[in-house]
Amino acid sequence: MATHEFAAKESQAHAAPQGFVRKYVFSLDHKIIGLQYYFLALAAVFVGMFLSVLMRIHLIWPTAVLPFLGEIKPETYLSLVTMHGTIMVFFVLTTAPQGGFGNYVLPIQIGAPDMAFPVLNMLSFWVTFLAFLTLIASFFVIGGAPLHGWTGYPPLSALRSSGPGEGLGADLWIASIAVFCIGALLGSLNFITTTLDMRARGMTLMRMPLTCWAWFCTAIIGLLAFGVLLSAGILLLMDRNLGTSFYLPLGTINGQLTGHKGGSPLLWQHLFWFFGHPEVYIAILPAMGVCSHLLSVGSRKPVFSYKTIVLALLSIVVLGFGVWGHHMFVSGMSPYSGYAFSIPTMAITVPSAVLTFAWLATLWRGNIRFTTPSLFGIGFVSLFVAGGVSGPFLAQPALDIQLHDTYFVIAHFHLIMAVAAIFGIFAATYHWFPKMFGRLMSESLGRWHFFVTLIGTYAIFVPMHYLGIAGHPRRYSQLTEVDFLHDLIPLQKFITYAAFVTIAGQLIFLFNLFWSMFRGKKASDNPWEATTLEWTTSTPPPHDNFGGRTPVVNNGPYEYSVPGAPRDYVMQSDPATAATH
Amino acid sequence: MATFTPTVPAPHPTTSRGKRADLPPGAGGGDGGRPDPGSPGYGARLRRARLGLVIALTPIMMLFVAFTSAYIVRQGLPTFDPSTNTVVRDWIPVPLPTLLFLINTCVLLLSSVTIECARRQLARQVALEPVHSIPGVSPVTERKLPWLALTIVLGLCFLAGQWLAWRDLATRGFYVATGPSSSFVYLLTGAHAVHLFGGIMALLAAGAAVAFNRPLASRRIVVDVTAWYWHFMALLWIYILALLEFAH
Repeated sequence: MATHEFAAKESQAHAAPQGFVRKYVFSLDHKIIGLQYYFLALAAVFVGMFLSVLMRIHLIWPTAVLPFLGEIKPETYLSLVTMHGTIMVFFVLTTAPQGGFGNYVLPIQIGAPDMAFPVLNMLSFWVTFLAFLTLIASFFVIGGAPLHGWTGYPPLSALRSSGPGEGLGADLWIASIAVFCIGALLGSLNFITTTLDMRARGMTLMRMPLTCWAWFCTAIIGLLAFGVLLSAGILLLMDRNLGTSFYLPLGTINGQLTGHKGGSPLLWQHLFWFFGHPEVYIAILPAMGVCSHLLSVGSRKPVFSYKTIVLALLSIVVLGFGVWGHHMFVSGMSPYSGYAFSIPTMAITVPSAVLTFAWLATLWRGNIRFTTPSLFGIGFVSLFVAGGVSGPFLAQPALDIQLHDTYFVIAHFHLIMAVAAIFGIFAATYHWFPKMFGRLMSESLGRWHFFVTLIGTYAIFVPMHYLGIAGHPRRYSQLTEVDFLHDLIPLQKFITYAAFVTIAGQLIFLFNLFWSMFRGKKASDNPWEATTLEWTTSTPPPHDNFGGRTPVVNNGPYEYSVPGAPRDYVMQSDPATAATH
Repeated sequence: MATFTPTVPAPHPTTSRGKRADLPPGAGGGDGGRPDPGSPGYGARLRRARLGLVIALTPIMMLFVAFTSAYIVRQGLPTFDPSTNTVVRDWIPVPLPTLLFLINTCVLLLSSVTIECARRQLARQVALEPVHSIPGVSPVTERKLPWLALTIVLGLCFLAGQWLAWRDLATRGFYVATGPSSSFVYLLTGAHAVHLFGGIMALLAAGAAVAFNRPLASRRIVVDVTAWYWHFMALLWIYILALLEFAH
């Protein structure tokens, strides 16, 4: 029988809504909003994966004629590249870990009835959804989707006549990103205010689960970075539509003067990457928090040095804002700037390594339960290391001269973002699914999913390191016309086949997810025997999370295998014992 | 001005939420000792709203920091002039309508004063509300000037003044795309005007809250947060004006 401590009933933030629209569409409940973000990301990831399948098919069968799409021309290939990157980075990696799981779990884990500003929370989702629709709309306008890459470098992105899709399609792309910035900033506002102001009694900052720390740090990064992206987008819209020359130097296009002069494409690169690098930490930090959390739950051991992990997360926030120039080593900026960016870039490997060692030390000599969430947590560590070790190579300006804009870079960021961060999302899904839907996902299907994805993604992305070192440029659509790439085509074929198998493997997950919602084994309130507050609620949690009561926290979040305790876990709201704190 | 101090006992001991976390959130314990005006958690809601505003002002600051950085770097950026085949600096400072800008500044600062009066008036009203329930006691009713409406009018005057400044620039041939310096003048003043317009929308919402008889405490929170936002906008304007006038 649960002996959790609760304080007296407090006033409700907002009453439970009636009616389908207020309950499930324009909901103020952070749990519904979290699920809305999650399903938006799920839809987005399948669109993004479909685009990548088209890319992989085109690379090895460039003259193939596809049903409905015809032959993929080089400019179409570049549009696929652009939209794949944009959709995945913004609508999957920035929405699901933070907007999806953060929204659902953070308030419950800190003992709050909802987020600080429920109306802004609802707005942040619908603004993000609007941004998604705006982006998808660019496929269907005259000229189609833009082809300037997710990084949108001018002059290509700043001149309407620079290519098909660079007219209205590019305007919609910029508008979508600008709207996304607003949604993300509203979300960050909520996360920070909630974490600082709405923790339950006894929930000090140093008793928060590491997931909450990760979401908090991610929100801080977003708060500081998205404003700069918005500024970059505004200047780009002005260059494209009002004739200004923020980014455009003197030049001609198709033999005619553009009418612009004096601008600098480097300005865009600085502004974009000042956002763009912290953005990748937004993508990975929640997964780090989830991994730290799940490895402790799975090993039945406290995390190795909670304080160190918190410090490492905070260092990543700080250092992450000082490294943006490592995306610009070969842009023509001063080599001394190269030094200035290379050093903090190498420095940031330190907190990342500290985290990795902490995860390994958490697992070490633990009583590990190899449940699906634990497997994905361990897989995350593996992929984080695999993707992370190529970082220091790219951090050397001298090496970057060879490796920039090659498949080496693609390998690096896909292993870290497309695989490790996604493993964080998978781990979180399998872990919190029972709390969200009251049923367990199938463990055997989960295991199949894990192994197919782990092996498949390694098979896709590790060969790309070799391609990059051999000098294979990225964003090339025709490999068969280029002599020096000829010998690398068999490897590209292997990658494509591995991609087919891996993507097919994701159907296992999709089936598992939806089937288990209706037919999965019913779950108890705390099937993983975890210690944090969300497992003290009923399943799914009631509207105000704790049924009119406020939990009182007496223990830290990782009291596993406490000597002398009756079970191998002590929940945060259980009465404190001498051994817990 | 009423200096009457109500003696309604505070329902909870004065605590600062961060230091003693032994009270449930929302119980009003962290409201700094202000008497609870009947709405539970009012003090906590006000504190939360102010915290939210401080956080919300951060990305707005980052936007203008980015614009400033672009402005300063662009000033020093050389560009290739094909007619002379040399690399030159093409930054021609825009002659600004300084007098008009200064008048607009005065209007904005005056609106800051009026909104501060509105904020304090509402704070006093909220503080004095419990007094109305004491039998036999009625506080001195102060003449209520429509500070909120005045602020809206002054805010709109400021925006009209900015429009006139833009017209002045246009008549002298400085449009958005005329040159880099004029682009930045329009960009910085335009971005500020957009944010100020947002503030005016918030004030109109506060006015609507009065019209629709929303609870006093909620109205106080809206006006309080908007007032601080408004002061920030005034400071931001002074910064932009100084940047345009002196850093060219």
